[in-house]
Amino acid sequence: MRSRIHRALFGLVAAVIAVQQVTAYTGSEYYLTQLTMSAYYSLVIVGLCLLMGYAGQISLGHAGFFAIGGYISAFLTTHDLSPLKDSGIVSFLSKAGLLSQRTDLYGGRLLTVQPWAACIVAILATVVIAYIVGGPVLRLKGHYLAMATLGFGTIIYRIAIGTTALGAADGLSDVPPFRLLPFLEVSGEMSDRVQNYYIAWGLVILAVLFSLNIIHSRIGRALRSIHGAEDAANAMGIDTARYKLNTFVLSAVFASVAGVFLTHYNGGIGPSEASIMKSVRYVAIVAVGGMANLWGALVMGTLLNFLSLRGYLGTYDDAVFGGILIIIMLFVPQGLLHVDVFRGLRGLVLRRPNEKET
Amino acid sequence: MQLLEVKGIGKRFGGLQAVNGVSFGVRGGTVKALIGPNGAGKTTLFNLISGFLTPDNGTILFHNHPVQGLRPFEIAAKGMARTFQHIRLFPEMTSLENVMIGRHIHGKSGFLSAMLDLPRTRREDRDAREKALELMDFLGIAGLAGHEATSLSYGQQRLVELARGLACEPALLLLDEPAAGLNMRETAEMAFLISRIRDRGVTILIVEHDMSLVMNISDEIIVLNYGEKIADDVPLAIQKNEDVIRIYLGGDGDA
Repeated sequence: MRSRIHRALFGLVAAVIAVQQVTAYTGSEYYLTQLTMSAYYSLVIVGLCLLMGYAGQISLGHAGFFAIGGYISAFLTTHDLSPLKDSGIVSFLSKAGLLSQRTDLYGGRLLTVQPWAACIVAILATVVIAYIVGGPVLRLKGHYLAMATLGFGTIIYRIAIGTTALGAADGLSDVPPFRLLPFLEVSGEMSDRVQNYYIAWGLVILAVLFSLNIIHSRIGRALRSIHGAEDAANAMGIDTARYKLNTFVLSAVFASVAGVFLTHYNGGIGPSEASIMKSVRYVAIVAVGGMANLWGALVMGTLLNFLSLRGYLGTYDDAVFGGILIIIMLFVPQGLLHVDVFRGLRGLVLRRPNEKET
Repeated sequence: MQLLEVKGIGKRFGGLQAVNGVSFGVRGGTVKALIGPNGAGKTTLFNLISGFLTPDNGTILFHNHPVQGLRPFEIAAKGMARTFQHIRLFPEMTSLENVMIGRHIHGKSGFLSAMLDLPRTRREDRDAREKALELMDFLGIAGLAGHEATSLSYGQQRLVELARGLACEPALLLLDEPAAGLNMRETAEMAFLISRIRDRGVTILIVEHDMSLVMNISDEIIVLNYGEKIADDVPLAIQKNEDVIRIYLGGDGDA
């Protein structure tokens, strides 16, 4: 199993490099921009796949966690603290090296939080919020859970679009680059396009590695058992509530990290990132990918987001994802790339749909 | 020594007193059977002991510690495993993986350790696999390790569920109708396996309808009727008990 994970990951690394090489040789490097953005959305989807496909819990609020990450880092790295320069806290932060001086688009001097510090705050805030929300909400099952997480997503969306400090309907812009290493930074600069493609996909590869490790471990077996027969899992000594909650928090962190990085890459974030349609899109992609199929989710996440970002899905972009959801739920509720799909298709042809399997 | 002691336990569902002031003990290293007509409260009693239901009154001592009101996973972690009347295997997992779930309480590695695939996670994984295979071998189902559990025959699924329970290495194993749905040959095999499990030092409390199975393997038998205990004795005495014959074996005593 372990060697299979490593072989598959090696394949992913090779594919990532190959795609970049092809774009370089064919002079179509402009595709890298959308491939980078797709990678960040796929990061959300990998986490959601862990939650939905393996722990069997739905979340219609994951765009909310993406937005929490993105907005917190955008706010902290753009909010000018110089009027408070003499206050105790700000001077302490400044001495601790958590603040940086920079100039904005109009030449004004800004004193803002360093991106790495903002990133840590964003992730910690996500963990806290996910525990607070997930604790009570994950006691619900099925569509009750779906509705409760939808409620959470709605709240985050309203906060994003209604708060002046967060730019209301315009969102936040002029978010500075996020320097990871002296020669490596997350930014939308043309000259950094290739390295940003690798940063994004490096994160995805790491997330896939972590997720596969979990899936094939004691923890992963426990998660899958909750999904299959929660009573029996409980009788085997598995604290099902705790495992569900931890998975929820982990997937929220994946979404939040994606939000942080994409915000630095795009140089800003707007309320549409927090919208319910985004959450629905993530859920639809996990479903198309095969629910309990991390690779399927990754492939579909990249493909569909890429098509959407390139504009191939046209004006009815969101409708396409809605339609996908209807079709998947009707015909292959286990997901399109699920191993049982052929069995399902055969069943569709050979049997009446309402006939039960014995 | 009493491994399990149930004292005056009761549970009411609306107007129905499903279990009414039942007391009994299970000595370590023995097989105790719980019998009674349908609706006598056997499964309710099982659910009370294993934590799936909370008793209205009474105490349950396991290893001399009260466990009533604890949640099922907490009770399982204390060394009590159970099977279900309606088999509950984990779908989309192989039978080996199903049995490996039984090793869960013997592992410690958490999310972070699993995520980073630390040596401890690997070691626990290997141990769980070895132990699970050993138990499947013991029950004669090692050859089914790679099969998807829910695709197996009913009898095989029962054995996988049994192996999963054993994988917890419980002090007490609760078996809820392990012979239900099995044919005569499979039932005889099950009886043999239960005796062998007892010989491994596992104490067993069993709910069962199959009288020949119960009489063969039990050291003691409790009879329940309408939620109350009618008798609690060795099999021979139960067979002669007039209350039991009248109430359980069918009215005129010739059953």
